[in-house]
Amino acid sequence: MTHMRSTSSVLVDVELLVNGRRLPLALDPRVTLLDALREHLGLTGTKKGCDHGQCGACTVHLDGRRILSCLTLAASASGREITTIEGLADGDRLHPMQQAFIDHDGFQCGYCTSGQIMSAVALLDEPCGPGEADVRECMSGNICRCGAYPGIVAAVQAVRQGRG
Amino acid sequence: MQPFAFITVTGEQAARQAAAYPDARYLAGGTTLIDLMKLNVERPSTVVDINAVPLAAISELPDGTVRVGAMVRNSDMAHHPLVRDRYPLISQAILAGASGQIRNMATTAGNLLQRTRCYYFRDTTMRCNKREPGTGCAAIDGYNRIHAVLGTSEHCIATHPSDLCVALAAVDATVRVVGSKGARAVPFGEFHVLPDERPERETALEPGELIVAVDLPPLPFARRSVYVKVRDRASYAFALASAAVALDLSGGVIRQARVALGGIATRPWRAHEAELLLEGREASVEMYRQAADAALAAAIPRRHNAFKIELARRTLVRALSRAEALS
Repeated sequence: MTHMRSTSSVLVDVELLVNGRRLPLALDPRVTLLDALREHLGLTGTKKGCDHGQCGACTVHLDGRRILSCLTLAASASGREITTIEGLADGDRLHPMQQAFIDHDGFQCGYCTSGQIMSAVALLDEPCGPGEADVRECMSGNICRCGAYPGIVAAVQAVRQGRG
Repeated sequence: MQPFAFITVTGEQAARQAAAYPDARYLAGGTTLIDLMKLNVERPSTVVDINAVPLAAISELPDGTVRVGAMVRNSDMAHHPLVRDRYPLISQAILAGASGQIRNMATTAGNLLQRTRCYYFRDTTMRCNKREPGTGCAAIDGYNRIHAVLGTSEHCIATHPSDLCVALAAVDATVRVVGSKGARAVPFGEFHVLPDERPERETALEPGELIVAVDLPPLPFARRSVYVKVRDRASYAFALASAAVALDLSGGVIRQARVALGGIATRPWRAHEAELLLEGREASVEMYRQAADAALAAAIPRRHNAFKIELARRTLVRALSRAEALS
Protein backbone atom coordinates (compact mmCIF):
# COMPACT_ATOMS: atom_id res chain seq x y z
CA MET A 1 0.00 0.00 0.00
CA THR A 2 1.50 3.36 -0.96
CA HIS A 3 0.70 6.47 0.95
CA MET A 4 2.11 9.77 -0.25
CA ARG A 5 1.45 13.27 0.95
CA SER A 6 -0.93 14.84 -1.55
CA THR A 7 -1.50 18.51 -2.28
CA SER A 8 -5.26 18.09 -2.17
CA SER A 9 -7.46 15.90 -0.07
CA VAL A 10 -9.61 13.07 -1.31
CA LEU A 11 -13.25 13.77 -0.50
CA VAL A 12 -14.85 11.69 2.21
CA ASP A 13 -18.50 10.71 2.41
CA VAL A 14 -20.13 12.22 5.46
CA GLU A 15 -23.70 11.91 6.70
CA LEU A 16 -24.63 14.68 9.08
CA LEU A 17 -27.79 14.30 11.17
CA VAL A 18 -28.68 17.93 11.81
CA ASN A 19 -31.81 18.94 13.69
CA GLY A 20 -33.44 15.62 12.80
CA ARG A 21 -32.55 15.79 9.10
CA ARG A 22 -30.21 13.31 7.40
CA LEU A 23 -27.82 15.22 5.14
CA PRO A 24 -25.28 13.32 3.02
CA LEU A 25 -22.25 15.33 1.90
CA ALA A 26 -18.93 14.67 0.15
CA LEU A 27 -16.38 16.82 1.96
CA ASP A 28 -12.69 17.59 2.06
CA PRO A 29 -11.65 16.01 5.39
CA ARG A 30 -10.28 19.40 6.47
CA VAL A 31 -13.81 20.84 6.68
CA THR A 32 -14.81 21.47 10.26
CA LEU A 33 -18.33 20.81 11.50
CA LEU A 34 -18.69 24.60 11.82
CA ASP A 35 -17.83 25.21 8.15
CA ALA A 36 -19.98 22.27 7.03
CA LEU A 37 -22.98 23.77 8.84
CA ARG A 38 -22.42 27.31 7.59
CA GLU A 39 -20.92 26.90 4.13
CA HIS A 40 -22.33 23.58 2.94
CA LEU A 41 -25.72 23.43 4.64
CA GLY A 42 -26.54 27.14 4.89
CA LEU A 43 -27.14 26.93 8.63
CA THR A 44 -25.53 30.25 9.53
CA GLY A 45 -27.01 30.54 13.01
CA THR A 46 -23.87 28.88 14.37
CA LYS A 47 -21.19 31.56 14.41
CA LYS A 48 -17.46 31.59 13.75
CA GLY A 49 -15.66 33.73 16.30
CA CYS A 50 -12.05 32.78 17.04
CA ASP A 51 -12.10 29.45 15.13
CA HIS A 52 -9.65 28.12 17.76
CA GLY A 53 -11.81 26.95 20.65
CA GLN A 54 -11.40 30.07 22.75
CA CYS A 55 -14.72 31.93 22.40
CA GLY A 56 -17.64 29.47 22.33
CA ALA A 57 -19.54 31.19 19.48
CA CYS A 58 -19.59 27.91 17.51
CA THR A 59 -21.18 25.81 20.28
CA VAL A 60 -23.59 23.10 19.08
CA HIS A 61 -24.84 19.84 20.59
CA LEU A 62 -23.32 16.54 19.51
CA ASP A 63 -25.23 13.50 20.75
CA GLY A 64 -26.97 15.80 23.23
CA ARG A 65 -23.86 17.42 24.69
CA ARG A 66 -22.40 20.85 23.99
CA ILE A 67 -19.18 20.88 22.00
CA LEU A 68 -17.18 23.30 19.85
CA SER A 69 -17.92 22.83 16.15
CA CYS A 70 -14.76 24.73 15.15
CA LEU A 71 -12.50 22.04 16.65
CA THR A 72 -14.59 19.13 15.35
CA LEU A 73 -14.01 17.71 11.88
CA ALA A 74 -17.28 17.19 10.02
CA ALA A 75 -16.06 13.72 9.03
CA SER A 76 -15.64 12.90 12.70
CA ALA A 77 -19.26 13.91 13.41
CA SER A 78 -20.64 11.66 10.68
CA GLY A 79 -23.63 9.63 11.82
CA ARG A 80 -23.93 11.44 15.14
CA GLU A 81 -26.85 13.63 16.17
CA ILE A 82 -26.21 17.35 15.83
CA THR A 83 -28.46 20.11 17.16
CA THR A 84 -27.88 23.74 16.19
CA ILE A 85 -29.65 26.93 17.21
CA GLU A 86 -32.00 26.42 14.23
CA GLY A 87 -33.19 23.18 15.83
CA LEU A 88 -34.28 24.57 19.21
CA ALA A 89 -37.59 26.26 18.42
CA ASP A 90 -40.78 24.31 17.86
CA GLY A 91 -42.08 26.03 14.74
CA ASP A 92 -42.75 29.63 15.76
CA ARG A 93 -42.59 28.76 19.46
CA LEU A 94 -39.18 29.65 20.84
CA HIS A 95 -37.31 27.36 23.20
CA PRO A 96 -37.76 28.71 26.77
CA MET A 97 -34.06 29.64 26.83
CA GLN A 98 -34.40 31.69 23.64
CA GLN A 99 -37.39 33.51 25.11
CA ALA A 100 -35.53 34.07 28.39
CA PHE A 101 -32.58 35.67 26.57
CA ILE A 102 -35.04 38.13 25.01
CA ASP A 103 -36.89 38.77 28.27
CA HIS A 104 -33.69 39.34 30.29
CA ASP A 105 -31.62 41.30 27.75
CA GLY A 106 -29.14 38.44 27.37
CA PHE A 107 -27.42 40.01 24.37
CA GLN A 108 -26.46 43.24 22.65
CA CYS A 109 -24.86 42.67 19.23
CA GLY A 110 -26.03 39.06 19.16
CA TYR A 111 -22.94 37.48 17.62
CA CYS A 112 -22.18 35.19 20.57
CA THR A 113 -25.85 34.55 21.33
CA SER A 114 -26.46 31.28 19.51
CA GLY A 115 -23.40 29.79 21.22
CA GLN A 116 -24.53 31.20 24.57
CA ILE A 117 -28.00 29.69 24.14
CA MET A 118 -26.69 26.30 23.02
CA SER A 119 -24.42 26.23 26.07
CA ALA A 120 -27.23 27.36 28.36
CA VAL A 121 -29.63 24.70 27.09
CA ALA A 122 -26.99 21.97 27.57
CA LEU A 123 -26.25 23.27 31.05
CA LEU A 124 -29.81 22.39 32.12
CA ASP A 125 -28.78 18.71 31.97
CA GLU A 126 -25.34 19.14 33.57
CA PRO A 127 -24.30 18.95 37.24
CA CYS A 128 -24.09 22.72 37.67
CA GLY A 129 -24.61 24.22 41.15
CA PRO A 130 -27.66 26.39 41.91
CA GLY A 131 -26.07 29.83 42.33
CA GLU A 132 -25.25 32.66 39.96
CA ALA A 133 -21.54 32.02 40.51
CA ASP A 134 -22.10 28.41 39.41
CA VAL A 135 -23.76 29.61 36.21
CA ARG A 136 -20.88 31.97 35.49
CA GLU A 137 -18.40 29.13 35.93
CA CYS A 138 -20.42 26.70 33.79
CA MET A 139 -20.82 29.35 31.08
CA SER A 140 -17.18 30.52 31.12
CA GLY A 141 -16.49 28.93 27.74
CA ASN A 142 -18.77 31.47 26.05
CA ILE A 143 -17.28 34.93 25.72
CA CYS A 144 -19.52 37.99 25.22
CA ARG A 145 -17.49 41.06 24.28
CA CYS A 146 -20.54 43.30 24.62
CA GLY A 147 -20.57 42.28 28.27
CA ALA A 148 -24.16 41.08 28.42
CA TYR A 149 -23.25 38.64 31.19
CA PRO A 150 -25.72 39.91 33.84
CA GLY A 151 -28.61 39.36 31.42
CA ILE A 152 -27.28 35.98 30.33
CA VAL A 153 -26.98 34.76 33.93
CA ALA A 154 -30.48 36.08 34.68
CA ALA A 155 -31.90 34.27 31.65
CA VAL A 156 -30.26 30.96 32.58
CA GLN A 157 -31.41 31.25 36.20
CA ALA A 158 -34.96 32.12 35.14
CA VAL A 159 -35.24 28.95 33.05
CA ARG A 160 -33.55 26.78 35.69
CA GLN A 161 -35.90 28.09 38.36
CA GLY A 162 -38.97 27.58 36.19
CA ARG A 163 -39.58 31.29 35.74
CA GLY A 164 -38.66 31.08 32.05
CA MET B 1 -4.45 23.42 7.09
CA GLN B 2 -2.41 20.89 5.11
CA PRO B 3 -4.29 18.16 3.23
CA PHE B 4 -4.41 14.77 4.93
CA ALA B 5 -5.94 11.33 4.54
CA PHE B 6 -8.80 10.68 6.96
CA ILE B 7 -9.24 7.16 8.30
CA THR B 8 -11.91 6.00 10.73
CA VAL B 9 -11.18 2.89 12.77
CA THR B 10 -13.27 0.90 15.22
CA GLY B 11 -10.60 -1.21 16.95
CA GLU B 12 -7.21 -0.87 18.61
CA GLN B 13 -5.42 -3.04 16.07
CA ALA B 14 -6.78 -1.14 13.07
CA ALA B 15 -5.84 2.10 14.79
CA ARG B 16 -2.23 1.03 15.22
CA GLN B 17 -2.04 -0.23 11.62
CA ALA B 18 -3.29 3.10 10.29
CA ALA B 19 -0.95 4.99 12.60
CA ALA B 20 2.03 3.25 10.99
CA TYR B 21 1.91 5.80 8.15
CA PRO B 22 4.66 8.41 8.57
CA ASP B 23 3.38 11.53 10.34
CA ALA B 24 0.04 9.94 11.20
CA ARG B 25 -1.87 11.30 14.21
CA TYR B 26 -4.63 9.80 16.28
CA LEU B 27 -7.71 12.02 16.51
CA ALA B 28 -9.65 11.81 19.78
CA GLY B 29 -11.35 14.97 21.08
CA GLY B 30 -9.40 17.13 18.64
CA THR B 31 -9.17 20.10 21.00
CA THR B 32 -5.37 20.26 20.66
CA LEU B 33 -4.79 18.57 17.30
CA ILE B 34 -7.33 20.44 15.14
CA ASP B 35 -6.33 23.75 16.71
CA LEU B 36 -2.64 23.14 15.92
CA MET B 37 -3.45 21.85 12.42
CA LYS B 38 -5.18 25.15 11.69
CA LEU B 39 -1.98 26.92 12.77
CA ASN B 40 0.13 24.58 10.60
CA VAL B 41 2.04 23.59 13.73
CA GLU B 42 0.73 20.04 13.25
CA ARG B 43 0.84 18.79 9.67
CA PRO B 44 -0.15 15.12 9.74
CA SER B 45 -0.21 13.06 6.53
CA THR B 46 -2.96 10.90 8.00
CA VAL B 47 -5.56 11.51 10.67
CA VAL B 48 -6.76 8.32 12.34
CA ASP B 49 -10.13 8.95 14.00
CA ILE B 50 -10.30 6.69 17.08
CA ASN B 51 -13.61 8.01 18.44
CA ALA B 52 -15.33 4.72 17.58
CA VAL B 53 -12.73 2.58 19.39
CA PRO B 54 -14.45 1.27 22.54
CA LEU B 55 -12.15 2.69 25.22
CA ALA B 56 -14.59 4.92 27.08
CA ALA B 57 -15.30 2.92 30.25
CA ILE B 58 -14.37 3.57 33.87
CA SER B 59 -14.14 0.42 35.97
CA GLU B 60 -12.77 -0.86 39.26
CA LEU B 61 -10.29 -3.75 39.17
CA PRO B 62 -10.28 -6.46 41.89
CA ASP B 63 -7.29 -4.80 43.66
CA GLY B 64 -9.14 -1.49 43.92
CA THR B 65 -7.39 0.19 40.98
CA VAL B 66 -9.69 2.50 39.05
CA ARG B 67 -9.14 2.04 35.31
CA VAL B 68 -10.07 5.04 33.17
CA GLY B 69 -10.36 4.29 29.46
CA ALA B 70 -8.33 6.42 27.08
CA MET B 71 -11.45 7.80 25.37
CA VAL B 72 -13.34 8.75 28.53
CA ARG B 73 -14.29 12.42 28.12
CA ASN B 74 -12.89 14.78 30.74
CA SER B 75 -16.38 15.75 31.94
CA ASP B 76 -17.34 12.09 32.43
CA MET B 77 -14.13 11.40 34.35
CA ALA B 78 -14.60 14.43 36.61
CA HIS B 79 -18.16 13.48 37.55
CA HIS B 80 -17.74 9.69 37.84
CA PRO B 81 -18.44 8.60 41.45
CA LEU B 82 -15.26 6.45 41.63
CA VAL B 83 -13.11 9.44 40.65
CA ARG B 84 -15.09 12.16 42.42
CA ASP B 85 -15.25 10.33 45.78
CA ARG B 86 -11.83 8.65 45.89
CA TYR B 87 -9.70 11.23 44.08
CA PRO B 88 -11.21 14.69 44.64
CA LEU B 89 -7.96 16.30 43.45
CA ILE B 90 -8.48 14.72 40.01
CA SER B 91 -12.11 15.88 39.68
CA GLN B 92 -11.16 19.37 40.84
CA ALA B 93 -8.19 19.54 38.45
CA ILE B 94 -10.33 18.60 35.46
CA LEU B 95 -13.11 21.03 36.36
CA ALA B 96 -10.56 23.83 36.84
CA GLY B 97 -9.46 23.41 33.22
CA ALA B 98 -10.85 24.51 29.88
CA SER B 99 -14.63 24.98 29.47
CA GLY B 100 -17.75 22.82 29.61
CA GLN B 101 -17.67 22.35 25.84
CA ILE B 102 -14.00 21.40 25.72
CA ARG B 103 -14.34 18.99 28.67
CA ASN B 104 -17.14 17.23 26.76
CA MET B 105 -14.73 16.70 23.84
CA ALA B 106 -11.29 16.21 25.40
CA THR B 107 -10.28 12.70 26.41
CA THR B 108 -8.14 11.17 29.15
CA ALA B 109 -5.37 10.11 26.76
CA GLY B 110 -5.58 13.33 24.78
CA ASN B 111 -5.07 15.34 27.94
CA LEU B 112 -1.77 13.54 28.52
CA LEU B 113 -0.69 14.58 25.02
CA GLN B 114 -1.74 18.24 25.20
CA ARG B 115 0.83 20.56 23.67
CA THR B 116 2.26 23.64 25.32
CA ARG B 117 0.63 27.07 25.01
CA CYS B 118 4.03 28.72 24.44
CA TYR B 119 3.32 31.56 21.99
CA TYR B 120 6.50 30.81 20.03
CA PHE B 121 5.62 27.12 19.65
CA ARG B 122 2.19 28.08 18.27
CA ASP B 123 3.56 30.63 15.77
CA THR B 124 5.34 29.09 12.78
CA THR B 125 7.17 32.35 12.02
CA MET B 126 9.10 32.04 15.30
CA ARG B 127 12.12 29.96 16.28
CA CYS B 128 11.19 26.93 18.37
CA ASN B 129 13.26 23.84 19.15
CA LYS B 130 10.14 21.89 20.01
CA ARG B 131 8.42 22.59 16.69
CA GLU B 132 11.49 22.80 14.44
CA PRO B 133 14.43 21.09 16.18
CA GLY B 134 17.66 23.05 16.05
CA THR B 135 16.14 26.47 15.27
CA GLY B 136 16.61 27.83 18.80
CA CYS B 137 14.23 29.01 21.51
CA ALA B 138 12.60 32.41 21.03
CA ALA B 139 11.04 32.26 24.50
CA ILE B 140 14.22 32.21 26.59
CA ASP B 141 15.04 35.79 25.63
CA GLY B 142 11.51 36.71 24.56
CA TYR B 143 8.28 37.42 26.39
CA ASN B 144 8.23 34.54 28.84
CA ARG B 145 5.65 35.44 31.48
CA ILE B 146 3.76 32.14 31.07
CA HIS B 147 6.87 29.97 30.83
CA ALA B 148 8.35 27.36 33.13
CA VAL B 149 10.74 27.87 36.04
CA LEU B 150 11.30 24.16 36.79
CA GLY B 151 12.57 21.42 34.49
CA THR B 152 13.76 23.83 31.83
CA SER B 153 16.81 23.49 29.63
CA GLU B 154 18.77 25.94 27.50
CA HIS B 155 16.75 24.58 24.56
CA CYS B 156 13.18 24.93 25.88
CA ILE B 157 11.25 26.58 28.71
CA ALA B 158 7.73 25.70 27.53
CA THR B 159 5.18 25.01 30.28
CA HIS B 160 3.19 21.78 30.30
CA PRO B 161 -0.40 23.05 30.19
CA SER B 162 -2.44 20.22 31.74
CA ASP B 163 -4.31 20.41 35.04
CA LEU B 164 -5.38 16.75 35.05
CA CYS B 165 -1.78 15.57 34.62
CA VAL B 166 -0.71 17.40 37.77
CA ALA B 167 -3.25 15.41 39.80
CA LEU B 168 -2.29 12.17 38.02
CA ALA B 169 1.36 12.79 38.93
CA ALA B 170 0.36 13.21 42.57
CA VAL B 171 -1.50 9.88 42.74
CA ASP B 172 1.17 7.88 40.85
CA ALA B 173 -1.09 6.88 37.97
CA THR B 174 -0.01 4.32 35.39
CA VAL B 175 -0.39 4.84 31.64
CA ARG B 176 -1.33 1.68 29.74
CA VAL B 177 -0.24 1.63 26.10
CA VAL B 178 -0.24 -0.86 23.24
CA GLY B 179 2.18 -0.89 20.33
CA SER B 180 3.77 -3.16 17.75
CA LYS B 181 5.79 -4.81 20.53
CA GLY B 182 2.73 -5.47 22.66
CA ALA B 183 1.25 -3.89 25.75
CA ARG B 184 3.22 -2.05 28.42
CA ALA B 185 2.61 0.05 31.51
CA VAL B 186 4.39 3.38 31.92
CA PRO B 187 4.59 4.91 35.43
CA PHE B 188 3.21 8.46 35.25
CA GLY B 189 6.49 9.92 36.47
CA GLU B 190 8.23 8.47 33.43
CA PHE B 191 5.56 9.30 30.87
CA HIS B 192 6.45 12.97 30.28
CA VAL B 193 10.14 13.64 29.66
CA LEU B 194 12.19 16.75 30.35
CA PRO B 195 13.13 18.88 27.33
CA ASP B 196 16.92 18.62 27.85
CA GLU B 197 18.56 18.44 24.40
CA ARG B 198 15.44 17.25 22.58
CA PRO B 199 12.39 19.35 23.38
CA GLU B 200 10.54 17.88 20.39
CA ARG B 201 10.25 14.63 22.33
CA GLU B 202 7.65 15.10 25.05
CA THR B 203 6.63 11.62 26.16
CA ALA B 204 7.90 8.06 26.49
CA LEU B 205 5.50 6.91 23.73
CA GLU B 206 7.05 5.14 20.75
CA PRO B 207 5.78 5.97 17.25
CA GLY B 208 2.37 4.40 16.66
CA GLU B 209 1.80 3.45 20.28
CA LEU B 210 -1.76 3.96 21.48
CA ILE B 211 -2.76 4.86 25.03
CA VAL B 212 -5.62 2.56 26.04
CA ALA B 213 -6.15 3.49 29.71
CA VAL B 214 -4.90 5.36 32.73
CA ASP B 215 -4.90 3.40 35.99
CA LEU B 216 -5.43 5.15 39.33
CA PRO B 217 -3.92 3.04 42.13
CA PRO B 218 -5.74 2.64 45.44
CA LEU B 219 -4.81 5.61 47.62
CA PRO B 220 -7.22 5.84 50.57
CA PHE B 221 -5.88 9.14 51.86
CA ALA B 222 -6.51 10.79 48.48
CA ARG B 223 -10.04 11.34 49.82
CA ARG B 224 -8.34 14.19 51.69
CA SER B 225 -7.01 15.98 48.64
CA VAL B 226 -7.37 19.26 46.76
CA TYR B 227 -6.36 20.97 43.54
CA VAL B 228 -5.72 24.70 43.77
CA LYS B 229 -5.23 26.70 40.57
CA VAL B 230 -4.20 30.34 40.15
CA ARG B 231 -4.78 32.05 36.79
CA ASP B 232 -5.22 35.42 35.14
CA ARG B 233 -9.02 35.03 34.85
CA ALA B 234 -11.48 33.51 37.29
CA SER B 235 -12.23 30.70 34.83
CA TYR B 236 -11.27 29.34 31.41
CA ALA B 237 -7.56 30.12 31.57
CA PHE B 238 -4.37 28.10 31.85
CA ALA B 239 -2.64 27.92 35.23
CA LEU B 240 0.01 30.42 36.22
CA ALA B 241 0.58 28.08 39.14
CA SER B 242 -1.33 25.13 40.54
CA ALA B 243 -0.91 22.49 43.21
CA ALA B 244 -2.38 19.01 43.65
CA VAL B 245 -2.08 17.77 47.21
CA ALA B 246 -3.17 14.76 49.25
CA LEU B 247 -2.45 14.38 52.96
CA ASP B 248 -2.54 11.35 55.25
CA LEU B 249 -2.99 12.96 58.67
CA SER B 250 -3.14 11.23 62.02
CA GLY B 251 -3.35 13.18 65.27
CA GLY B 252 -2.02 16.29 63.61
CA VAL B 253 1.01 14.44 62.20
CA ILE B 254 1.53 14.02 58.46
CA ARG B 255 2.08 10.34 57.80
CA GLN B 256 2.19 10.64 54.02
CA ALA B 257 1.98 13.52 51.59
CA ARG B 258 1.56 13.77 47.85
CA VAL B 259 2.52 17.03 46.22
CA ALA B 260 2.55 17.98 42.53
CA LEU B 261 2.75 21.38 40.86
CA GLY B 262 1.44 22.72 37.56
CA GLY B 263 1.75 25.83 35.41
CA ILE B 264 5.40 26.32 36.33
CA ALA B 265 7.24 23.33 34.88
CA THR B 266 8.04 21.71 31.55
CA ARG B 267 6.19 18.59 32.63
CA PRO B 268 3.67 17.72 35.35
CA TRP B 269 5.87 18.33 38.39
CA ARG B 270 5.94 15.88 41.29
CA ALA B 271 7.60 17.59 44.27
CA HIS B 272 9.24 14.69 46.10
CA GLU B 273 11.46 17.08 48.09
CA ALA B 274 8.38 18.69 49.60
CA GLU B 275 6.84 15.32 50.42
CA LEU B 276 9.99 14.09 52.22
CA LEU B 277 10.07 17.24 54.28
CA LEU B 278 6.43 16.95 55.32
CA GLU B 279 6.29 13.27 56.17
CA GLY B 280 6.52 12.48 59.87
CA ARG B 281 6.16 16.14 60.86
CA GLU B 282 3.38 17.99 62.61
CA ALA B 283 1.07 19.78 60.23
CA SER B 284 1.56 23.55 60.38
CA VAL B 285 1.67 26.51 58.05
CA GLU B 286 5.36 26.92 58.90
CA MET B 287 6.01 23.35 57.71
CA TYR B 288 4.02 24.04 54.54
CA ARG B 289 6.19 27.10 53.86
CA GLN B 290 9.34 25.03 54.26
CA ALA B 291 7.92 22.38 51.95
CA ALA B 292 7.06 25.04 49.38
CA ASP B 293 10.58 26.46 49.59
CA ALA B 294 11.98 22.98 48.99
CA ALA B 295 9.65 22.40 46.04
CA LEU B 296 10.80 25.61 44.33
CA ALA B 297 14.47 25.49 45.39
CA ALA B 298 15.70 24.57 41.92
CA ALA B 299 13.55 27.15 40.09
CA ILE B 300 15.25 29.28 37.44
CA PRO B 301 13.50 32.61 36.79
CA ARG B 302 13.54 34.35 33.41
CA ARG B 303 12.92 37.99 32.61
CA HIS B 304 9.10 37.98 32.96
CA ASN B 305 8.25 34.92 35.04
CA ALA B 306 10.12 35.35 38.34
CA PHE B 307 6.78 36.10 39.99
CA LYS B 308 5.74 32.50 39.42
CA ILE B 309 8.19 31.21 42.03
CA GLU B 310 6.54 33.07 44.91
CA LEU B 311 3.09 32.48 43.39
CA ALA B 312 3.72 28.71 43.25
CA ARG B 313 4.98 28.71 46.85
CA ARG B 314 1.86 30.44 48.10
CA THR B 315 -0.38 28.24 45.95
CA LEU B 316 1.19 25.15 47.49
CA VAL B 317 0.88 26.50 51.05
CA ARG B 318 -2.79 27.24 50.37
CA ALA B 319 -3.38 23.77 48.94
CA LEU B 320 -1.73 22.06 51.92
CA SER B 321 -3.72 24.21 54.36
CA ARG B 322 -6.97 23.39 52.56
CA ALA B 323 -6.18 19.67 52.53
CA GLU B 324 -5.44 19.77 56.26
CA ALA B 325 -8.76 21.50 56.93
CA LEU B 326 -10.72 18.68 55.26
CA SER B 327 -12.07 16.12 57.69
